[in-house]
Amino acid sequence: MFETYLHTMILILDSTVRLSTPLLLACLAGLYSERSGIVDIGLEGKMLGAAFGAGAVGYMTGNAWLGLLAGIGVSIFLALLHGFASITNRGNQIVSGVAINFLAAGLTALLGQSWFRQGGRTPPLPKEGRFQDIELPFAEQVETVPVIGPIYSELLSGHNILVYLAFAAVPLTWWILFRTRFGLRLRAVGENPAAVDTAGISVVWLRYRAVIACGILCGVAGSYLSIAQSSGFIKDMTAGRGFIALAALIFAKWKPGNAMLACLLFGFLDAVAIRLQGQEIPGIGDVPVQFFQALPYILTVILLAGFIGKAIPPKASGVPYLKERT
Amino acid sequence: MSAGQLPRWVDFGLIPALNLIAAFFVSGLVVLLIGENPLEAVEILLWGSLGYGEGIGFTLFNATSFIFTGLAVAVAFHAGLFNIGGEGQAYVGGLGVAFACLALDRYVPWWVTLPFAVAGGALFGAAWALIPAWLQATRGSHIVITTIMFNFIGAALMGYLLVDVIAKPGSMQPETRTFEDGGRLPLLDNLIPGDFFGTSQVNLSLVIALICCFLVWALIWRTRLGYEIRTFGANPTAAVYAGISPVRITIVTMLISGAMAGLMAINEIMGAQHRLLIEFVAGYGFVGIAVALMGRAHPVGIVLAAILFGMLYQGGAELSFEKPAITRDMIIVIQGLVILFAGALEYMFRPALVQLFSFAGAPAGQAD
Repeated sequence: MFETYLHTMILILDSTVRLSTPLLLACLAGLYSERSGIVDIGLEGKMLGAAFGAGAVGYMTGNAWLGLLAGIGVSIFLALLHGFASITNRGNQIVSGVAINFLAAGLTALLGQSWFRQGGRTPPLPKEGRFQDIELPFAEQVETVPVIGPIYSELLSGHNILVYLAFAAVPLTWWILFRTRFGLRLRAVGENPAAVDTAGISVVWLRYRAVIACGILCGVAGSYLSIAQSSGFIKDMTAGRGFIALAALIFAKWKPGNAMLACLLFGFLDAVAIRLQGQEIPGIGDVPVQFFQALPYILTVILLAGFIGKAIPPKASGVPYLKERT
Repeated sequence: MSAGQLPRWVDFGLIPALNLIAAFFVSGLVVLLIGENPLEAVEILLWGSLGYGEGIGFTLFNATSFIFTGLAVAVAFHAGLFNIGGEGQAYVGGLGVAFACLALDRYVPWWVTLPFAVAGGALFGAAWALIPAWLQATRGSHIVITTIMFNFIGAALMGYLLVDVIAKPGSMQPETRTFEDGGRLPLLDNLIPGDFFGTSQVNLSLVIALICCFLVWALIWRTRLGYEIRTFGANPTAAVYAGISPVRITIVTMLISGAMAGLMAINEIMGAQHRLLIEFVAGYGFVGIAVALMGRAHPVGIVLAAILFGMLYQGGAELSFEKPAITRDMIIVIQGLVILFAGALEYMFRPALVQLFSFAGAPAGQAD
């Protein structure tokens, strides 16, 4: 009884990790951008663009790393577009994000159909075009050890490299933001750009570096979808994950450690929803799958309402910085 | 001429035109990229949307929906609020319209159903904007984020209702039963003599949309509430000192905005589809942002921008029919570019123009 219970739990947690990974990468991406004062609702579009770039190049070259590079490239390009609009031209950041989402949705489907003629998807990738699962050392040997064995060999081992990369990015992001000079300035520019400017540091260059960091991480997130989790790009394959990541970022109150927990929670909800599809929960009955889909958003709204702590965004987020003329 | 000052016709005419040209220029490059001739594409697009009666009809049908969602965004703009939730508000508004039609269509003619459907759409749309408005007004949570969240919550709610609750009995399709004549708005083609609009779905909603344009104009520029909305939008702090309640203005404005978005369902559900179906909003809510931006949040501008986007939709459909390589996704690309250039990069050409005009105006300035 305990064995099967543990096994089910491990299976759900295992898929939680897989489903959380793209959310976590996109969430950390948004963290860099928003901490610097640039609101980014274009995470979705950047992920989608990256997924397409990675899928297309991964298919054509049969090399997963080149695919990843292409995905990151596409995402950085879109991030720079967002930067150009919102930093250089001081345009509305929300509008720019909406535009990027439209552009990515349209261009990936249009170019996908034009290049591959399969209804907007890329052909299935060859094995080398995808990131394969990695067995951690001794995974096979310890499998029979009770409790710890299955946790190590099934839950922790057997993911692809991008999963480990995503979770490694959490302490790295924390370290960059809170232990480096760049991080201090990045946080400062999101709170009070005028002070940063007075200190003789370029607000524009700092914010551009932040959106580029955002582009890189969104690129990995999108590539994960098309060349690690599945084998190829599918039209609109991000399916709102960029917005869930945005919700997670708010839920995490713009902190890296919290971001990981929020993404794991939202990934867990997704995993449970898939697991429970068409099944009854004992004592509660049939819960519609849409309820689980909406839950991350509902939780975020409740948080925003101030009922579970308070989410206070960086003070200067969304406000273009205009250097005062003398 | 002081730095940054431009004549009104440049600000309201030349700059939007330049932005639009830039957007279409890049769209042309995209068409080139997929190996088609952009000029030919423009020709098909124009002919498909304006070249014959039926095409014009479809253009106007699309424009009707864009007027509603554009007005929704514009009303909120005037209060300095960014309502990005038109998509969800229109979707939930569809529920109100459908309830009215399903309840009455078998018993009364359409003109009795219409006021109830209008009230239903407006009420449900407004209701979906209420919580984000209330949270913004009293708890300080950002309206952009909450309305995005409510788009997704709305999609989940409607998905659940359409699949599990109000779907036609015995059908696997996530949609209600088809309305009888009492739940259908007359097509314009049936109201005017001749067969000008052909099989296009342009219907009486167009008239309702134009009435809404007038009402919004009157509200914003001719009433005390509109004055308060504009004051609050221009300077919230000053508005408070003038005795304007931020909570009241935020909530009232968002309710009006949500109602406008909800009315979009009159066109789609009661005017064209004659049943409530899944994901019928299909991005119209988001495009409302572009319509409001291009139309400078003024009803006249919104009508013009809505017609432009209506042309894009209809012409784009024609284009994908004539040139299979240019799929309907091209419309989304063009929309994205229009939003980018007319919205986010709004001021890109401005510094150059300011320089140009101050240079041109310099001799006159030196004279005095």
